[in-house]
Amino acid sequence: MKLPAVINVQKFSVHDGHGIRTSIFFKGCLLSCWWCHNPESQSFDRELMFDPGKCTGCGLCVKACPHDAVTVGEDGHAHTSKGTCVTCGACLDWCPNECREIVGTQRYTVDELVQKALEDQQFYERSGGGVTLSGGECMVQDSDFMEELCRKLHFEGIDIAIDTCGYAPLGTYRRLLPYVDTWLYDIKMIDEEKHIKYIGRSNDVILRNLEFLAHNGASLNIRIPTIGTVNDDDESMLAVIEYLKSHVGMPPVNLLPYHTTGSSKYTRLGRPYLARDLQVPSEERMEHLKDLFLQHGFDNVQIGG
Amino acid sequence: MENVKELEMAELAAIEEALKAVSSHTAPTRETSHATWQEDRGMNDRVKMLRHQSETTQPYIDMERALIETETYKRYEGSLSIPELRGQVLHDYFERKTIRIEPGELIVGEKGRGPQAAPTFPELCCHTLEDMHNMNDREQVNFKVTEDDLRVQEQIIIPYWKNRAFREKIMAAQTEQWHLAFEAGIFTEFYEQRAGGHTCLGSERGVTHGFAEIKQEIQNALDAIDYLNDNQALEKRDELRGMLIAVDATTVLANRYADLAAKMAEEESDSKRAEELRQISENCRVVANERPKTYWQWIQRYWFIHLAVTSETNPWDAYTPGRLDQHLNPYYQADVAAGRLDREHALELLECLWVKFNSQPAPPKVGVTLKESGTYSDFANINTGGVTPDGKNGVNDVSYIILDCMGEMMFIQPNSNVQISRKTPRKFLKRACEVARAGWGQPAFYNTEEIIDEQLNAGKSLTDARHGGSSGCVETGCWGYEAYPLTGYFNLPKILEVTLNNGVDPRSGKMIGIETGDPRDFETFEELFDAYKKQVKYFEDVKVNGSNINTQLTAKYNPVPYMSLLTEDCIARGEDYNAGGARYNTTYLQGVGIGSITDALSSLKYNVYDKKRFTMDELLEAIDHNFEGEKYQLIRNLVSRKTPKFGNDDDYADDIMRAVFQYFHDTITGRPNMRRGEWRIDMLPTTCHIYFGEVTGASPSGRLSGEPVSDGISPERSADVNGPTAVIKSCAKMDHAATGGTLLNQKFTPSSIAGDKGIENLADLVRSYFDMDGHHIQFNIIDKETLLDAQKHPENYKDLIVRVAGFSEKWCNLGTELQNEIINRTEQSF
Repeated sequence: MKLPAVINVQKFSVHDGHGIRTSIFFKGCLLSCWWCHNPESQSFDRELMFDPGKCTGCGLCVKACPHDAVTVGEDGHAHTSKGTCVTCGACLDWCPNECREIVGTQRYTVDELVQKALEDQQFYERSGGGVTLSGGECMVQDSDFMEELCRKLHFEGIDIAIDTCGYAPLGTYRRLLPYVDTWLYDIKMIDEEKHIKYIGRSNDVILRNLEFLAHNGASLNIRIPTIGTVNDDDESMLAVIEYLKSHVGMPPVNLLPYHTTGSSKYTRLGRPYLARDLQVPSEERMEHLKDLFLQHGFDNVQIGG
Repeated sequence: MENVKELEMAELAAIEEALKAVSSHTAPTRETSHATWQEDRGMNDRVKMLRHQSETTQPYIDMERALIETETYKRYEGSLSIPELRGQVLHDYFERKTIRIEPGELIVGEKGRGPQAAPTFPELCCHTLEDMHNMNDREQVNFKVTEDDLRVQEQIIIPYWKNRAFREKIMAAQTEQWHLAFEAGIFTEFYEQRAGGHTCLGSERGVTHGFAEIKQEIQNALDAIDYLNDNQALEKRDELRGMLIAVDATTVLANRYADLAAKMAEEESDSKRAEELRQISENCRVVANERPKTYWQWIQRYWFIHLAVTSETNPWDAYTPGRLDQHLNPYYQADVAAGRLDREHALELLECLWVKFNSQPAPPKVGVTLKESGTYSDFANINTGGVTPDGKNGVNDVSYIILDCMGEMMFIQPNSNVQISRKTPRKFLKRACEVARAGWGQPAFYNTEEIIDEQLNAGKSLTDARHGGSSGCVETGCWGYEAYPLTGYFNLPKILEVTLNNGVDPRSGKMIGIETGDPRDFETFEELFDAYKKQVKYFEDVKVNGSNINTQLTAKYNPVPYMSLLTEDCIARGEDYNAGGARYNTTYLQGVGIGSITDALSSLKYNVYDKKRFTMDELLEAIDHNFEGEKYQLIRNLVSRKTPKFGNDDDYADDIMRAVFQYFHDTITGRPNMRRGEWRIDMLPTTCHIYFGEVTGASPSGRLSGEPVSDGISPERSADVNGPTAVIKSCAKMDHAATGGTLLNQKFTPSSIAGDKGIENLADLVRSYFDMDGHHIQFNIIDKETLLDAQKHPENYKDLIVRVAGFSEKWCNLGTELQNEIINRTEQSF
């Protein structure tokens, strides 16, 4: 069984599902949405994140690096050669400014994660919360691992929510279905061409998996990242509404307005931010879209997580 | 009164002249963020005007009490016993002090001659002229002092009190070891600045009986003294006679107000106000002798009692009404049924009472404490909710009115909190969370079941335990039945510094502790921890020794007959509150810096002994250099970021917390306290974690020299990185029931608890902590950016209130270091 990389186990997570929860963010996702606010969760590998804004160019990282991968450039900042760096983390121990971070170093066994989840069990029971498996994409991690994790969490009486983009093997959904209490399922748009442009993959796998869940009694919660200039027009939303009504039903819907808080992470990863020119939808626009769903018979529609 | 000393005519004339001179000055003013009364807070114009007057009046020194007391002492000292003399001081003050009724007031009476007047207590600590200048000139809360005040202090007060003040007596009684430790900042001494206090209204007598009735009860006890067989008979007689004199004080004052209101009613042209004044007059007349008959009269009676307790002496923690909602509810229900009162008027009367609290600054301190004190809040702390003495849900209609009142008035005084029991309706909890979400730290949340457990553990009966609550900051006591003074803060992290220096305080180079060995020679963590425990025990002995002396001096020189007549079983025993007359007698020592000491020991254990990342010598060298310089950067990073710390639900660190806590608990709890009771511990800091940090060098955890130590039982700042549930889990590993109160601060960003879901989550967080037997939790809900801006532009934030420890304070009143500490508290954003 392959132990997946975990970016973070976030306690008191209150935006992904009901009540007080612990969210486990797995590293690695097969999609590459332009607006992704956790770009460090896309790659399955360990990555160095570096914040040039905090760097004073003191050079302690240069001295600390056993592989000579770091230099201080003329701009007064440290530069790390990606080819040479093995993400060993020696530089982190010396950096006085906390500008360096390595993501994806943690790998837990199933029992370790269950143990971590149990730490906050009293809070779940008080608030009707539980554990949310998220990412990256939790459904593309080792499926034996995921099934055992869900089975054991379920055995402990912990409520499980899975936050998924839908782009994962159908078999994994089938295996996890008996243990999962709520599926937080992302839909971005129905238009295939747009989907491939902004998300990098076709829509068919995502919709097929969703239909499988819908037809097999899963408790669904549809989440729609709402991005200005991409899918916040009436036409795009009506297509989603129509699709849901004819293939899925009318489950609760969360409209998640696009925000730019993830943009600095692209700088820290040394990657371009494709969504720079995309618009944040206005509050009025979001209210309008919410009304659109309500008008079409959806009775549980919320803006935000 | 017989045997009165005839004073020289000149002496009397001087005091008379001085009284006239000091009382002739009008109250000074100050600016607030509400330019006009119309913009001020309050449910209607009356409250807005009263609030505005209270807020725009500059606190000022009021010499009336000191002068009247001096005259009383000159007349009676030597001829009256000390309890009688103390009763006489209160009586004379209330008979002669200036009284006023402000326009629009419904509840009347001030401790001094007007709102924000601060009487002084020279019998406790006599201010020098330098102190008087300091209180006038200090940047934070200051007290205006006039030329007349200075002259009177110099010519009349200082010459009489300089060598009599209680402070001189206790300082002179301490050992050399005590002074060494005190000056090094190992502990503080509460009795040095103010008198012991720490109780609230709670006994049936205190809550409902008329003063004439109480007087008769005292007389009955006096008549029952057994002079044939009781070898304490005379002491009892003197104490009860003191109470007889004291109880008259409130009758005298209430009657004076009744007369004044009646006279003002006659002269009032506005018929509506004239009617109000007639009602005020009747209220005062009734409560002067009889039981209160209405909601309004109950509040007025309580307020006279409050004034009496806080004028008799200046006890730590203004005398609060205890379970205000439960006391008031029967009157509220009866008045509403009879058509005398509606909810709106009930709220108005409470808002008027709130203004009264706000107008009483705490008495100015002396010396360095005066100069540096970050707060002049008087720690009146009102509990709402909880359970009734027979164990039923205590939330009633008045509880909700109180929540509305605190939310509307937004005062730092009275400090308001809610008690949440298993029986508390969720509606009440959610409404309290909503008020707290406004961001100013009130109400704080207390766990009723835990407070009961703490008291049962201290040996009280179940009914008495249910009478109890938290007063001051978070201190548990049985209201109306217990004397539970605090004695001082105890600097747990500083003692490790002394241990690491083999008994020497590196700041002064003086040997202040005992020799426990060079830490470089310790081969195991256990050896180090043993040395630490020996130093802790040594300083505890020094502190307890000093406080036990002070307790006896207080019983002898500073009896409080008025507070005694309110506290069971002082009348029945004929014994003073300060001498063991209360049914229960506890003495508290407050442990400070449990988060910091845990992280420091965890760092030593983890890095030096378990992982052997570096040697003790290398770490001590880095500490000596305050971790400054390239050479120490690696050690600093490892201890700061890669070492188990308290507040993360990590047993490695939390087990160390438990070990330190247990040792502190075991070596204090149960010691005899000289009032036939026992010592117990509290875990709260007020603002002392700032001072204790200033006197403590860099810590093995990476905390820099002079930085504050952790507050209450909160983690050291920025040490908790796993969110509020992990903090709560760590804190719950402490045995709260073994203490008399713990304090946990949490800071949230406003966005993290937005909406109804935010309220639900906050409520569940509180409930979960209380499920785990936590004692108290409070919240600051404010953005870091706002606080930084407030630091830069204080003029725009005159109204900003933040939670400090067991109390809130105006942002502008806090020193920069305390402001920084609050800014740097870990912000829980989720």
